[in-house]
Formats: sequence, structure tokens, C-alpha cells
Amino acid sequence: MGSDRQLFDYLLRLGDNALVLSQRLGEWVGHGPVLEEDIALTNVGLDLLGQARLWFAYAGEVEARFAASGRGEDALAFLRESGDFRNLLLVEQPNGNYADTMARQFYFDQWHVLLLGALASSRDARIAEIAAKAVKEATYHAERSADWVVRLGDGTDESHAKMQAAMDDLWTYTGEMFDADETEAALAAEGIACDPRTLEAPWRAAVGVVLGEATLTEPAGGWMQRGGKHGVHSEHLGRMLATMQHLQRAFPGAQW
Amino acid sequence: MSAQSVAEYHRLAVDAVWKALAAVTDPEIPVISVVDLGIVRAVEWREDVIVVTVTPTYSGCPATELIAADIDRALATTGIGKYRIETRLAPAWTTDWIAPAARERLARFGIAPPGRSAADGVRAVDTSALSRRSAETIPCPRCGSERTRELSRFGSTPCKAQYRCEDCLEPFDYFKPH
Repeated sequence: MGSDRQLFDYLLRLGDNALVLSQRLGEWVGHGPVLEEDIALTNVGLDLLGQARLWFAYAGEVEARFAASGRGEDALAFLRESGDFRNLLLVEQPNGNYADTMARQFYFDQWHVLLLGALASSRDARIAEIAAKAVKEATYHAERSADWVVRLGDGTDESHAKMQAAMDDLWTYTGEMFDADETEAALAAEGIACDPRTLEAPWRAAVGVVLGEATLTEPAGGWMQRGGKHGVHSEHLGRMLATMQHLQRAFPGAQW
Repeated sequence: MSAQSVAEYHRLAVDAVWKALAAVTDPEIPVISVVDLGIVRAVEWREDVIVVTVTPTYSGCPATELIAADIDRALATTGIGKYRIETRLAPAWTTDWIAPAARERLARFGIAPPGRSAADGVRAVDTSALSRRSAETIPCPRCGSERTRELSRFGSTPCKAQYRCEDCLEPFDYFKPH
């Protein structure tokens, strides 16, 4: 039987994935290779930020059921340490070059659409309605990042080499997306969460089709990095949070 | 007041609210109202409070809070004592709810109106997106030409994509089906 603590933890995973990737995309503002891409990355980031707010609002309400009070979305975003974040290692990886950013987005988007699609029929009505809304946005993101993987993969020799290198480099962070722990198993058994193991086969099939079209070689096997959903992060998250949280840490409660 | 006159008052107040909302325009697209956009899902009495239910467009649309403030101001002008704005997520907003007359106004304003959105419910991951999209025709809102090309999947706001007409050579926004 899933507890409220487990539900809270699960909602943080959903919200943190969206928030951290949104922040990474926001780092491209003013640095996009062309104006249209600058705008596009920001808009994808905005969608994700909106989704993070919806998950955090619900998480705060669930937290109030077992704690003295539930935290608001700002407290959850700006006042937690990196060890309290529950996002996948994939989304906290640095932007790198454009192929790196697109590979990260592509791996995530393909998984995100499958996850949200499954959660849209969650027995938790609130999760179902947030997921049903978010999956429409995620589907558009997935089409766009797949376009870029094909464009760069099936482009010049240089773009192909960079895209292949990015796919290979980030592959090690994809295994974690399909791990189920006690929290997910308990909530999935109740029809509230999605068992992530069920997403692996459709994800691999979809990724394989796009990589084929992109003339890229699918990375295979190898050691998979794990730990994000339990708060064990790469060195990159803390640095990202130092920037993201600086203002609220230095001037608590600041508003503008 | 008699029961009958209360019912009459309630009906008139609901009409007045809809009328006030019809004058609240989208901050980014001043030719359509929040009612045209389909985001006002209900206006109803709950005991002695009139409740306006609004659904957001995109999760992160920066106009959402501004729209809520504009709606609040419009309601204040109706003279109705107690009202409340509620947000409802389900069913998720779709461009299919944009009124037909508003689609024509969008086109006259220079924004190509959205086509039909994908079937309701959840789509599987679509890996044929590239070939499918190029087959889609978005007529130019200025000259009507069907020879148009997508420049970028995002335009000036999250809800629009950037296109260009190959005949009149003008760039234009396309309100994406969602």
C-alpha cells in the first residue's frame, strides 16, 4: 500500500525532472545558435516549468497530510539541497554543444511522452489531469527533438559525428529511467504510478526508428549510472542549483 | 426577493458575466476574447457566489496570470457582489474550442488559424512526424497561397509556430493545433 510519503516523493520526481530540465534549457537564453532556436528552447522550458508548478502544488498538498505543513512551489524549488532533489541524472547534465542538448532532450522527451501517457489514466485523478495536459506539450517537444536528431545525424560529417558522440555520451544516463524502486512498485500496484519497466520496450523501439532515420548507431549495453531519484546526483546539479537558487538564498522571500 | 425574482437575478447576472468576459481579450492576440479562445469553461452560481471556471492553455503560458487578473477586473465592473475564479485542468484545453468566428478574425489579423487537433486522448510516440508534417498545408493568411513553409516550430508565443509564404514572401504566425 503506497503511503502519502511515497506519493509525495513520486510527485517530486515528476516535478524535479521538469524543473531541472527547464532550468538547463533556460541557460540557452541569449546563446541559441539562431534566434528561432533560442525562442524554441525557451518555450519548451516554459512548458516544463508550468508542469513543474502543477506537480509541486500537488506535492505540497500531499505533504501537508503527513507533515506539520506542506511546502509551496517556491520553497520546493528554491530551498531544497541537491540531495533532496529527485530528478533523473539525465536532465541535470550540462548543455554542452547543440547535439548534446538535443540528445538529452530526445532521450527524455521520448520517455516523458510514454510516462505521461500512462499517467493520464492514473487512478489518482489529480495526477491523471496534470498528465493529460502535459502529454500534449511533451508530444510536441518529442517531435521537435526527434527532428533535430535526424537533421544533425543525417547532416554533414561533422554534425553526424557530434550527434553520434552526444548519443553515446548520454546513453549511460538512460537506464535509470526504467528502474522501479519500492515507491514506484507500491504506487503502481495501486494504479497511481506507472511501472517504469513497462516503458523500456516502447522507448527503445521509438528511439531505434529515429536513430535509423538519422543514420546513427544505437548505443548498446554498457554501465548505467543510477541514483537521481534517490538524491544521489552528479556534480553538475549542485552547481546548477547554486545559480538557480542564489537569489532566494541570498534574499529570502524576495519578490519582484 | 421572491424565489422567482432570485432566479431571474441569477440568470441576468450570468448573462452579464458572459458579456463582460467577451470583452476580455487575449493579451497577445487582441482580436480574440477569452470566451472565443474557449478557456472559460463555466459561469455558475454556487449558493450566493458566482463562480467563473477557467482552464489554462499551455502549462507555462506567461499570459495565464495576466488573463486571470484581466478577468478579475472585468468581473469587478459588473457590480456583482461575490464572485470567484477557479482553475480547472481537465479536460485539457484544445484549440478545437476556438470559436469559428474567432478563427476568421485570427486570419484577418495575420495569424493562420489552427487546423483540427489530433484525436482526443493520448497519442503514441509518433516517429513519422517528419513526413506527416510536410504533407500538412497551412494557407497563408495574407494571400491565401498554399505554398508555405515552416520556419520554426515555435513563434512569438508558445501557442504559435513561424511560417513563411513562398508566394507573397511574408512570414506569418500559425496558431498550432493543440
